[in-house]
Formats: sequence, structure tokens, C-alpha cells
Amino acid sequence: MKLFPIRGGIHPEYRKELSGERAIEALPLPSRLYIPLQQHIGAPAEILVSEGDLVKKGQVIARRQGQISAHHHASTSGRVVEVTEIPAPHPSGLPQPTIVIEPDGRDEWVTLPEPIADPFAAAPEVIEERVAESGIVGMGGATFPSAVKLNLGIRHRIDTLLINGAECEPYLTCDDRLMREHAEAIIDGARIMAHTLGAPRIVVGIEENKPQALAAITVAASDFPNIDVAALPVKYPMGSERHLTLAITGLETPARKLTADLGVVVHNVATARAVHQAVRLGRPLIARVVTVSGGAMREPKNIEAPIGARVSDLIDFCGGFSQRPERIIQGGPMMGTPLPNLDVPVVKGTSGILALTAAEINERPADPCIRCGACVNICACGLTPVELAAHIRHDDLEGAAKLGLADCVSCGSCSWVCPSHIPLVHYFNYAKGALNARDREQRKTERTKTLVEANAARQERIAAQRAAARKPKAAPAANEVPS
Amino acid sequence: MLTAVGSLTAMGVALGGMLGVAARLLAVEEDPLELELQAMLPGSQCGQCGFVGCAQAAVALAKGEASVTLCPPGGKAVAEQLAKRLGVTVDLGDQAPRVPVYAVIDEELCIGCTRCVKECSVDGIVGASKLMHTIVAEVCHGCSKCAQVCPTDAIRMVEIPLTLAAWHWPKPASPHTH
Repeated sequence: MKLFPIRGGIHPEYRKELSGERAIEALPLPSRLYIPLQQHIGAPAEILVSEGDLVKKGQVIARRQGQISAHHHASTSGRVVEVTEIPAPHPSGLPQPTIVIEPDGRDEWVTLPEPIADPFAAAPEVIEERVAESGIVGMGGATFPSAVKLNLGIRHRIDTLLINGAECEPYLTCDDRLMREHAEAIIDGARIMAHTLGAPRIVVGIEENKPQALAAITVAASDFPNIDVAALPVKYPMGSERHLTLAITGLETPARKLTADLGVVVHNVATARAVHQAVRLGRPLIARVVTVSGGAMREPKNIEAPIGARVSDLIDFCGGFSQRPERIIQGGPMMGTPLPNLDVPVVKGTSGILALTAAEINERPADPCIRCGACVNICACGLTPVELAAHIRHDDLEGAAKLGLADCVSCGSCSWVCPSHIPLVHYFNYAKGALNARDREQRKTERTKTLVEANAARQERIAAQRAAARKPKAAPAANEVPS
Repeated sequence: MLTAVGSLTAMGVALGGMLGVAARLLAVEEDPLELELQAMLPGSQCGQCGFVGCAQAAVALAKGEASVTLCPPGGKAVAEQLAKRLGVTVDLGDQAPRVPVYAVIDEELCIGCTRCVKECSVDGIVGASKLMHTIVAEVCHGCSKCAQVCPTDAIRMVEIPLTLAAWHWPKPASPHTH
């Protein structure tokens, strides 16, 4: 299959051998499950249970609210012991409402919705509804509600569904294992999604460093002539939505547009499997595969963990640490975020938990920029990181925005390549957040202004009415009309 | 009759001319800059800047007598807009960031006097006479005018808690130059 080159990119040490040959193992049921209301992009879900309620496995315990949101389900049967605020698995460590379930050990399913007998004869809305009811979000890490993404077929003509099995982040092997062990489910889920989107063609993109996954998916896809399997060159950030689209279709997504505007929708392999389970088995998304790895982990593993299991439960299952980890990261080492503590739960977007040693993170204080231009050469988005960072350092966020800050995908390649260890991507993450905050403030000021104007207009109207009401009193006889 | 027409025409022309000259010479200067600055301010006339209202604040800004960071409800966004328009540079990073606040009514203490309702310029307070009032938190822009008029001190200004959606990474500390 013809592929197209992507600009820039890096070749970090992949270190996937730590966990790549470990088959997926199920985590023994932990003593407590912590299910946060916000595990996805969009509005937090609305809580449906209260303390003391008995819940069954797969029961909806929090309902989506608003356009972009997701349901959450009980990962096992048991009792809701508490609805409380605990630190979120998020770098801020801010508390967020979380449902705490004490499993009863019976692991009893709720009455699940009927499987959709022939999904290819079903209307797209039926599949979308099922995906939404199953609480499925993008499992590559972005956690965007999948049902909303399956809806793109209505407003756009979609001709290609890309299934993202690139897994370009070092250390992570959860998608690799999933493709090796559940290739049929992934292909079936992909076909259901393509039907929903009205996409005639499916391409599964897998980096060449996963030959077994490539072979398994090729076998599973061999019966379907509309499915292609693309062996992608090994290069970070190949798994970014825009770069994967470029590599496979040759189409570059314009700034401020979606890949859907090019007729392409990208879904992760784990999402495809979740869709298969929701449609064929009626099962909601209550577990995911997590790679637990890193130099400080005694026994790296790929673990199928129920949503809500604590990070410490997974680490204990891997035999704990072999040495003191310098940093614990969720996600991959390039784009992942540090965890505030080990008591935070595994959520729908947790692809990895990495315990890294000081040698692995190789952190040093930043030196002055030597203007080598390495960051410009490797930027996969065609930006000039050195220049952007200079603007941001001097608080000229607009200047950075004009240079294309919004096109940065925060892949971190520039920070990785910088010989002076300048935390370039940190500048960009800060600036994007600060610009968003400013927009929010601006919107609030505008809203205040509109409200003030409305208030002033009303006061004036009332004053005028009063004045008008006073006049007739002065000459009541003249205006009297018999009713 | 001709004399009457002639004299009136002459008077008209002369007076019109004088009016025209007066309009030119004695024109009240209306600074377009002031209007522009006023449009940037929230317009709630809350008086937290120390001026009577937004128009007066705009006048002071245009004359350079007030700092662009004068408007607490406007926050950083308004300060930056003003600084840009006036061509001044402000280091907003050094300024102690104003913690955004909103008003909360202690429902036990509220006597339903409606004074705060009348004071609120954004219609953010709901309530009727002798009935408990409450504040619509999303609408409140923290001007604290209601707190000042409350006879029972039932209104407190509370910090808006930081949420996951509003959080963002801090600026990296960097001693280096590039």
C-alpha cells in the first residue's frame, strides 16, 4: 500500500520489549473501586446513585449530560460506600466527585441490553445510541466521546475510517497486545463503525515494529476486501490523528479543521474493540488494558483492569518497584502526565502507568539555546518551536498564536531533541491553557456587558412607564375612557 | 418687502456663519479614544476602580492617570486589551493575580429586602420582597456592590474554585535566555 511521508519526527528508544511479550492478564478484583464522574472530554456525568445503593456490574451509575459527555458504569457488582471527592488522575491533582464501590465478589451482571443482531442492517442512529449508552470514549488517550465522533457521518461525507494501531509512544504495548489477542473483535468493531459513518473503506495503521500485531490483523481482515492494513514506518508521532491521516491518505488537515473535513475519521484499536463488545454483547466499557512498565517496575505487564482500580493495585500486581522510581507517569513518556499520587484510579483514558528511573527521565536544568535548529527540523507540524517559546517566555502569547501555536499537537519531540534541555513543549502547553483561560475571561466580560445593557434598557423602560403613568394622574378627567 | 427679505436673508447668512464659526472654535472635544476605552470596560458601573463609573474610568485611562489594571471584574483580559490599545506595556505576570470571586448569599441571614436585587447591574440575583434571594453564580462578575448594601451582612464574596476544566500548566521557570 502506498504511504506518504510525514515531516520531521523522532526515533526515541522504544523499550517496548519490557512488556511486549507479556500476554494480557486480568487484574484480581480490588477491595475498592473509585469511579470519577469526569473521565472524558466534555461535561462531567450526572450521578445516579447514592451512598448505600447496591449496584450490579455494568449498571449505569452516572449519566451523560449535554452534547459532549459520557455515561459511566459500575465495573463490578457491590455496594456504593461513598460518593466523595478524591484527587483526579490529572497533573493538577484537583479533587473531583468520585463514586466509591465496595465489590461484593459475585461480579454479577445487570440485565444487559440485547445484542444488536445484524448491526449492518441497523440504522446508524441505533449504533450511535448503543455506543453512547455504553459509555465509550476514545481510548487512545484523548477520551473524546466516541458516539459524537460516529455522528460525523451526518454532516461530512466520510470515505475512510482509519483504525489507529500505530502506538508510537515508547513503552506502551497495550494496543499491540490487544491487536495480537483480539484481532477479530477489533476488525468487527471497525466494520460496525465504518457502517455507522457510511465509510466505504477501512485502513488499519500499525507501525512496523509490531510484526505479530500486523500479522494478526491482516489475517482477521483478509475476508473483507474493503479493509487495508498499512505497515507504517516507525517514527514518533505517527499515531497522532493528523499525522496518521497524512501518512495513509496523503491529505494534510488544514489548521482549525478536523480530519472529518477531509473525509477521514480516526478511531483507536481499543475503541474499536469496545464498540464490538457494546454492539455484539451489549457490554458497556468497564475495563481497559493498561501497560504497566518502566525501569523501576519489578515485573512489567499488560493488565486488563476494571475502571476505578487504583494505580497502586496495578503496581502491587506487578510485584511493586524494583528500585525507587523518580517519577510515575500515566500514558506514554512523551505525552503522558505525572500522577499526583498512587491512590488515583485507572480511568477510560489510562493507556499506561510508567515508573521511570532518574536515568530514564534524564532531567537536567535548561541551558541557554544554542540556536542549533534541531527543534525546527523535527517538528512534525512544521512549526518553529524555538521562536514560539521565545514569544511565550516574554508573555507574548498572541505572537506565539500567530506563529501557529494552535497547530502544535504537544507531541514533545522538540523537548526530546533539544540539546539544551529547554522544556519547549511545557511552554506550549502553558500558552495554550493560558490563551483558553483568556478566551473564557473575554467571553465572561462580553456576557456581563450584554447583561448590563439589558438591565439598563429595562430600567429606562420602567422609568418611562412610570413617567407615563404619572401624567394621567395630573389630568385624570381628560383621559377617562368609559370601559 | 424687498428690504425685509433682504435684511432677513442677510441676518440669516450672518447668524448662520457665526454659528458655524462657533461650532468650529468652541467645539467640545469628544475623545474617540475615551469612547473606545469605555467600550472595552464591562460597563457595570461597579466603582471598584475608584471612579464613579466606567465612563470616568475611561477618561482617566485616556489621560494616562489610571493604570490599565484598574478594572477588577474585567481581569487580565480587559487589562491586556486596554494595554494594547494604549500602547503601554504592563507586566501582568508580576501583578498579584486577582483571585476571581463571586457572591454567595447566606440564606439563613437573608431577610428579603431586595436591595441587592436592585443593585445588581447584571440581573444576577433572583428573589422577591420578603422572600429569600439567591445568586446565579455563572452570571455574577464579582463586583461586590450587593455585599455593600446588604443590611444583614448576608452576602460574602467567595473565590471561584479551580476546576479540572479551567486548570492549565503553569509557565515553566526558566533562568536561561534564548
